[in-house]
Amino acid sequence: MSTDTTVEPAPAAPAPQREPQRSGLPSWAIQGLVSLSAIVLALLVGAILIIVGDDQVKTAVGYFGAAPMDTVSAAVSAVGEAYKALAVGALGGVTPITESLTQATPLICGGLAVSLAFRTGLFNIGAQGQLIVGAILAAYVGFAWDLPPVLHLVLAVIAGLIGGALWGGVVGVLKARTGAHEVIVTIMLNYVAIYLLQWLLTTSAFRRPGRTDPISPVVNSNAQYPQFGDTRLHLGFLVALLAAVFVWWLLNRSTIGFELRAVGANADASRTAGMSVGRAYIIAMVVAGALAGLAGTQQVLGTDLPLTDGVAASVGFDAITVALLGRGTPLGTVLAGLLFGALNAGGLQMQLITQTPLTLTTVLQAVIVLFVAAPALVRSIFPFLPKERGVGAVLAKGWNG
Amino acid sequence: MSETTADTVRPPAPAAIEAPADRTRRLRVGGVMLVFALIGFGLAIFTNGGKATFQLVSGDLQNNLLGVPAQFTALVLGILGVIAAGAYLLRRVPQSYSGYLAALLGICFIGSFLCWAAAGKTFPLANQFQGTLNFATPLILGALAGVLCERAGVINIAIEGQFLVGAFTAAVVSSTTNSAAAALIAAAVSGVVMAWLLAVFSIKYLVNQVVLGVVLVVFASGITGYLFDQFLQEDADKLNTPNVLSAVKIPGLADIPFIGPILFNQTVLVYLTYLAVAVVTFVLFQTRWGLRVRAVGEHPKAADTVGIKVKRVRYSAVLWAGVLAGLGGAFFTVGYAGSFSKEMTAGNGFIALAALIMGRWHPIGAMVAALFFGFATQLQSQLQIIQTPIPGELLLMAPYLATIIAVAGLVGRVRAPKADGEPYVTE
Repeated sequence: MSTDTTVEPAPAAPAPQREPQRSGLPSWAIQGLVSLSAIVLALLVGAILIIVGDDQVKTAVGYFGAAPMDTVSAAVSAVGEAYKALAVGALGGVTPITESLTQATPLICGGLAVSLAFRTGLFNIGAQGQLIVGAILAAYVGFAWDLPPVLHLVLAVIAGLIGGALWGGVVGVLKARTGAHEVIVTIMLNYVAIYLLQWLLTTSAFRRPGRTDPISPVVNSNAQYPQFGDTRLHLGFLVALLAAVFVWWLLNRSTIGFELRAVGANADASRTAGMSVGRAYIIAMVVAGALAGLAGTQQVLGTDLPLTDGVAASVGFDAITVALLGRGTPLGTVLAGLLFGALNAGGLQMQLITQTPLTLTTVLQAVIVLFVAAPALVRSIFPFLPKERGVGAVLAKGWNG
Repeated sequence: MSETTADTVRPPAPAAIEAPADRTRRLRVGGVMLVFALIGFGLAIFTNGGKATFQLVSGDLQNNLLGVPAQFTALVLGILGVIAAGAYLLRRVPQSYSGYLAALLGICFIGSFLCWAAAGKTFPLANQFQGTLNFATPLILGALAGVLCERAGVINIAIEGQFLVGAFTAAVVSSTTNSAAAALIAAAVSGVVMAWLLAVFSIKYLVNQVVLGVVLVVFASGITGYLFDQFLQEDADKLNTPNVLSAVKIPGLADIPFIGPILFNQTVLVYLTYLAVAVVTFVLFQTRWGLRVRAVGEHPKAADTVGIKVKRVRYSAVLWAGVLAGLGGAFFTVGYAGSFSKEMTAGNGFIALAALIMGRWHPIGAMVAALFFGFATQLQSQLQIIQTPIPGELLLMAPYLATIIAVAGLVGRVRAPKADGEPYVTE
């Protein structure tokens, strides 16, 4: 198959003939520009928050009338120092970079889980729950079994994949069989997974002997992802990249992927063309769940090692923003995952050095996605940007759709 | 097949012909009911420990106790439940009474469950209902906010975010002004601000409303978290010491035995919640504005054709919903816990969403579902106190599992407003 048989991402050459655009830019370039503008706008919003919260600015405002420039310079230095700490913490050297990649690892897999469902026309809010169930099974195989090196890791990862696939598959089956809306079911299953995890950690099978707090034994060293040198970065990162390649292949090079995208683009037309929409939903949710389960294994076999009730942190929810920023494409998701991983790692350093709370990065991530989702708003701020479709337009349908 | 013959052979069976779809539904729903009834009956068989004691006045361990023989009561309730489920399953009562049968079964199930749990112990029944109302209050307000938005065709999964911002604002304003009224008004205003974001991005910029809801929740958690870290933690004495609303006794009504102190010795916020249920129900179904809201949520094009300003109606519904959600958020700080802490709403906004769906986008239904969810949450903490073998986490799952069962169509059909989530674009 050659590249021009793929439906998307739209290649640069044929685009102008099919859909005349105002500028000669290919759609990926426009999307990149909008994303970049969104990041700039988010950093501006963040700057305002930094200035508002900075102690020196607060003092300088006290004598604003006497020396207004003091306030300005305090504000500029506060923003400068915070963002410098953020950048250095994310990219300044080997340790920061590996830390960024470590943070990005589960975000990429979780983001792929959301992206894949997204392309099938499903909104997978349930990466969190799928990740948790994947982590539960992976951790159990990891600490309860005793197996030779490579085999143990492989089995633990497979267990995680199965856990996630089950939790996602339920959603697909319910959607296909009863029409239950996946957004509602996934939100509810997230909470069921959290309580399931909390309950399991009170049972003797999962709780570490001699402890009363909810923590499991440490995963066997044979079942851990090997680490790169002294860093926290582990093999899971490469697995995440492979997963992205797999999703790209699945979506763009396989028959199943074609069906998934067709159903995502127009379920009724696909049904008329003889495709089984229900089957597509189930496949998409099983694979998406397995991807989120993979993110769970990366957490519990790579970064965290014992299973705790905080194993998922907010990865499953951040994965949604990653997928939205990545516009549902595997490459975009990897890039968005790297960006958010860097923001998280840098945010931790920023908190240490300039005492700017880590929650600032949460705001940054939310604002970036908000702007990316509303390109019309970004264009009204930066009028020179060319036109393109919004990220949500593909999925603008309601509970009954 | 055998069911059909059984139905036709017996003469007292209703003569009306049942459509196949109704029949499947009856069997499915009846099956679920029967499973619950049998679980209730099973619990009764395993009940032991003699007497179950129920405490009828909160904090009073000496008087006002209701002692019942545990196993006997549980058995009676269990059998009643089985009869109710059986009557529905075998079509022994007219269709219009099936709702009462389900309610009867529910009460019997909960009754035999309580007898089982409380056998040989003392169960604080008054606390149970008191706590139910406490947990349910923000859920009801949040679900009502959701009803208003979604009846107008705007999906609102950002209730959690509105809660967080409302809780934060109420805490800060109450701490700085020492005024309960100011705190509540500020919380409502902050809810409107969040709702305005939802409205602008969904109605004007046509952003997918599920995307938007998720992002707004992240945004709210980020912004309240950031402000908490930067201001509230440093200046906790000044900014994060809100006054918890005090209970106001309604004379007369508060003296009704048992339910009086529970329902009518509450804070202003709880009374506002009662009022909100009544007002939203009335406005939505009895006024011109309500008709317009429902019209733009079901068929915006038709509404537009007859001259209704679709976008304006949607804006107003979403913003009014913001008032309710903001007040719901205020409950977490000034209504209950006092000071604000990060992520303190702990997923309640999503339970409110679940209540709205379980309640089938109807204010009364949403209230009943919210009360049920509140009951389950409170029961979990009560059962931990009296130590039953049921893990609390499983009870906490109940609302979510119930919602999945509901949307999967296992119990009745749940249908959203037709144009819910679809932005309206004039051509």
